[in-house]
Amino acid sequence: MGLVTATTDRVTIRNFAEFASLIGAIAASGFRRFWTYRQATVAALATNTMFGFLRTYVMLAMAALTPVVAGYTGPQLAAYVWTGQGLLGVVMLWGYADLADRIRSGDVVTDLLRPIHPVLNYLAVDLGRAAHGMIFRFLPPVAVGVIVFDMYLPQDLSTYPLFAISVLLAVIVCFACRYLVNASAFWLLDHRGVVMVWLFVSGLFGGLYFPIRFLPQWAALLIWLGTPGPSMLQAPMDIFVERDPFRVQLAIVGVQVFWAVLMLWACHVVQRRAERKMVIQGG
Amino acid sequence: MGESLRIYAKLVGAQGRAQASYRTSFWLDLIGSSIIVGADLIAVLVIFSRVPALGGFSISQTLVFFGIALTAFSIADLVVGNIERMRNYVRMGTLDAMLIRPLGVLPQLLANDVGFRRAGRVVYAGAVYVVALSYADIDWTPGRVVLVVSAPLFGAVFFAAFFVATATVAIWWVESGELANALTYGGRDLTSYPISIYGGWFRRMFAFGLGFAFVAYYPGLALLGDPDPLGGPAWLGWASPLVGIAASGVAALIWRTGVRHYRSTGS
Repeated sequence: MGLVTATTDRVTIRNFAEFASLIGAIAASGFRRFWTYRQATVAALATNTMFGFLRTYVMLAMAALTPVVAGYTGPQLAAYVWTGQGLLGVVMLWGYADLADRIRSGDVVTDLLRPIHPVLNYLAVDLGRAAHGMIFRFLPPVAVGVIVFDMYLPQDLSTYPLFAISVLLAVIVCFACRYLVNASAFWLLDHRGVVMVWLFVSGLFGGLYFPIRFLPQWAALLIWLGTPGPSMLQAPMDIFVERDPFRVQLAIVGVQVFWAVLMLWACHVVQRRAERKMVIQGG
Repeated sequence: MGESLRIYAKLVGAQGRAQASYRTSFWLDLIGSSIIVGADLIAVLVIFSRVPALGGFSISQTLVFFGIALTAFSIADLVVGNIERMRNYVRMGTLDAMLIRPLGVLPQLLANDVGFRRAGRVVYAGAVYVVALSYADIDWTPGRVVLVVSAPLFGAVFFAAFFVATATVAIWWVESGELANALTYGGRDLTSYPISIYGGWFRRMFAFGLGFAFVAYYPGLALLGDPDPLGGPAWLGWASPLVGIAASGVAALIWRTGVRHYRSTGS
């Protein structure tokens, strides 16, 4: 092995168009990869649908007693559940081990030789995967929800573009969290403990089991502003069901932007630290 | 019979020693996997902070259903939960090796990778069940004492049947992924709440068609001494052994058919 180190100059990219086409090509590869997992997609959809039914019935049982639960009506709660089951596959809350696997096998070293920042590279793949998820994981459960239940659909036209932006930001925030969880494998030989904490916290703070706003207001506010949880799942769901007036929806997207920037920055810092550590270890 | 039992015991023992040798990892797993299941309990508590009842049942009644369902599921998960890995064994061809050994395939699979780390969940579930029972103000009779123990055990038999039956699908459909979760973990969630909240055909199909109502709902009603808002007779609370055994029979049939039709992936 020669003197290939993590500090090798990266190939410079001359202009933005070149950069954009590079990102596009990587994202397309992510899309194609998941397009080949057709059977797994069908199996996951069946499971999401089952849980969609279960959670909707719980929510409707609540709405049967109280017409408006924490600001949500019955149809809004149904929409909350079904968009949640759909977005689960878009933001990919669980089951991401690409980076951790590569760290364990040592393949991660080749990531450093690519002409693009490793975090950006993984993010681009993930955006392509999320685009696939939007078509094949989000739309089918939502369609089931609309057909079987009295499910709320956005009434304001402005909600649709805002929802699209919010989903994009949710994917970025969730990706960054997953990246950090995976990157802990750089330091811990066995990072299962971290993964477990992630499994517990992400579903709960993401608003998968119940909307965070079911909690007392101070707790809900603390979780929204103090953790990235709601920004990676509940935010687009709340925007979809139009729980709040337009300016609050905008504020929700603002919080998401904050978390997206903060978490990507954290990924960048962690990646740099990890690269130094790898050099020390001798690659 | 005695001979093979001894071999299985040895296999399980070896597994236990192997897992315990990575001590930190084992304890982290044990504690972590018990905490994770806590999310469901938090969900129930938060939901009841917003409404006084669900499907006609208060929180203390619902927690009895929840306790039975969780205990039953945790026991099944501890004993046969590893069968989830069936699809990996099929895909990688390691099932072939088990087929040529002079032991049953199913016990081998189960003994091969016992999830001792899941023992923490059984303890946690049992604790939730005991607390739920103490809050529920139950009028104890000898019959109810029997039921309070038998309900989670036969519920576990029932869940175990679903673990085995759904894992068998991997023989025909290797890439079935998390499909089995819909009926195993889904079944746990389904039985954790009063069956009366589910609507029309969904309730007929899963609660009565597949029998999930007999895991926690009817035994729970019999323990509480409450009438069924769906109009079912009181003796249904005692039907869980029958339903559990029937489910096991069907699961065994599916498993045998599956193993007979197994064709190696050749990889």
